[in-house]
Amino acid sequence: MAVMSDTALQAAPITKARGYWATVGRRIVRDKVSMVCAFVLVLIFLSALLAPWLGLADPYQGSMIRRLRHIGTPNYPLGTDELGRDMLARLIYGGRLSLIIGILPVILAFVIGTSLGLVAGYVGGRLNTAIMRTVDVFYAFPSVLLAIAISGALGAGIVNSIVSLTIVFVPQITRVAESVTTGVRNMDFVEAARASGAGPFTIMRVHMLGNVLGPIFVYATGLISVSMILAAGLSFLGLGTKPPEPEWGLMLNTLRTAIYINPWVAALPGVMIFAVSICFNLLSDGMRSAMDIRN
Amino acid sequence: MLVYTLRRIVYVIPIVISVALVCFLLVHITPGDPLVAVLPADASQELAAQMRTAYGFDRPLPVQFGLWLWRAIHGDLGSSIATGRPVLTEVLRAVGNTVTLAVAAALIGFTLGLLFGLIAGYFRDTWVDKVATSFAIAGVSVPHYWLGMVMVIIFSVQLNWLPAVGAGPGGSGAWGWDWEHMKYLILPAITTSVIPMGIVTRTVRALTGDILSQDFVEALRAKGLREWEVFKHVVKNAAPTALAVMGLQLGYMLGGSILIETVFSWPGSGLLLNSAIFQRDLPLLQGTILVLALFFVTLNLLVDIAQAAIDPRIKRG
Repeated sequence: MAVMSDTALQAAPITKARGYWATVGRRIVRDKVSMVCAFVLVLIFLSALLAPWLGLADPYQGSMIRRLRHIGTPNYPLGTDELGRDMLARLIYGGRLSLIIGILPVILAFVIGTSLGLVAGYVGGRLNTAIMRTVDVFYAFPSVLLAIAISGALGAGIVNSIVSLTIVFVPQITRVAESVTTGVRNMDFVEAARASGAGPFTIMRVHMLGNVLGPIFVYATGLISVSMILAAGLSFLGLGTKPPEPEWGLMLNTLRTAIYINPWVAALPGVMIFAVSICFNLLSDGMRSAMDIRN
Repeated sequence: MLVYTLRRIVYVIPIVISVALVCFLLVHITPGDPLVAVLPADASQELAAQMRTAYGFDRPLPVQFGLWLWRAIHGDLGSSIATGRPVLTEVLRAVGNTVTLAVAAALIGFTLGLLFGLIAGYFRDTWVDKVATSFAIAGVSVPHYWLGMVMVIIFSVQLNWLPAVGAGPGGSGAWGWDWEHMKYLILPAITTSVIPMGIVTRTVRALTGDILSQDFVEALRAKGLREWEVFKHVVKNAAPTALAVMGLQLGYMLGGSILIETVFSWPGSGLLLNSAIFQRDLPLLQGTILVLALFFVTLNLLVDIAQAAIDPRIKRG
């Protein structure tokens, strides 16, 4: 018996226990769907970022004589738009603005909402009531309506569209952050930190943030999908970007008149929005199940 | 139950007042003077001051809000700047068309969502489940205004089966329940239904899977209940949550119809909102948003009450 437990002890350091995040990472890498989505997203991001060096046509240069060419026309693999501009170039360049106005609101809301939720959940009491009741008011509006109401009141423009979408997402992230924080707050290790003399700020930063960030991050990743659709939607209505800037929502809007002449070219910008949106959704699902170690 | 209902209604009052406050403030976050849309560009200073007094814009904000709220409670939301007609009349006429569209879309979306969700939940991790979940994820990820365009391209432009825009022959706004009008409803309703279809599928799939893995189902089966009777227990347990999700989705369809209505020129509250924004018709913008938000709040209240009525556990919580 003694000999066996000795060998067991010696064997122990070799099978080193993997940390939580390392396990989650391995599970995501092994998930085919998540990896395909990540690959597609990286491809779209990189091509948008590196657009000027890809040897594309000028996305602003139109021509009256080569308007609305079909997909597959020589030199214009994805055809041309209603002003004769190369669609491939505009779709790739369009990623720059579309991704910024779609993702930035979620990042801003993530920072603001997490801070508000963390404070509300940790401090509790009246401050919690004040923050959470304010959040409730924004829940009384359907999110599309709220985004359009704020955007419509502020007027068209990229900054206004980012501001309005941030306002739409802050309450949602705050609510998630608050509920996660309240769950963690009463755990023993927080109590231990408090007993050993840590102040509220240290506890929040060192002990709580790391434990609440994961679920909030997953939630925010899923929101990017909604945000991409809404941001492009605002531009589609004429409340976001202004012409001649290439942006997927605005391109859909200006190409709407062309659906009787060259329908499939007109539908292309929507394919980009759809692709980014579905990839972020699937990636968020993948992360959620990877983090749920119990399964 | 009565006590619970009354308590829920009392809770809603501060929300309604806050919603009104947000709608009121919307006009005041607009850049420049709220009068800018009413006044001619070359108006004199005196005229501007006169108009400001006439509209009450020279008073302190809380007083303005109080007066505005008092009038709103009495059904006076002001007049549209573009048409001169009372805002409430304009909004209520448009809301009817939006309700028609939302209810039609809900019938399609909820039926498919419940069906897909139950099937996927029962046959978890089989190919049927994979097909249903793919439909669901596509439904929640698709930019619905683009889907609307694609539908028009396929069914109006290429096949010429259904009309592309409007809500009836001859561009009349009057709705009728005949085939001539129904033709106009099909494409917008299907387009609107994809998001609720996706969300309901995902919710019901998760609920069904969860319930089926619980011990009481095992116990029911051990007791010798037939699968149909077990199914009834599953439905009973899934109903409160599913109902809440569907209620919320119906609210989103009513309030968030602006993009779809713009694509199909459907003469509802969304299209009204669109024209209010671009004509800088602030009273109409404010009024439409207020009415739609109040619809949403009321719907949420009804869902809460209905949920408590079918699930007594909620009342205690």
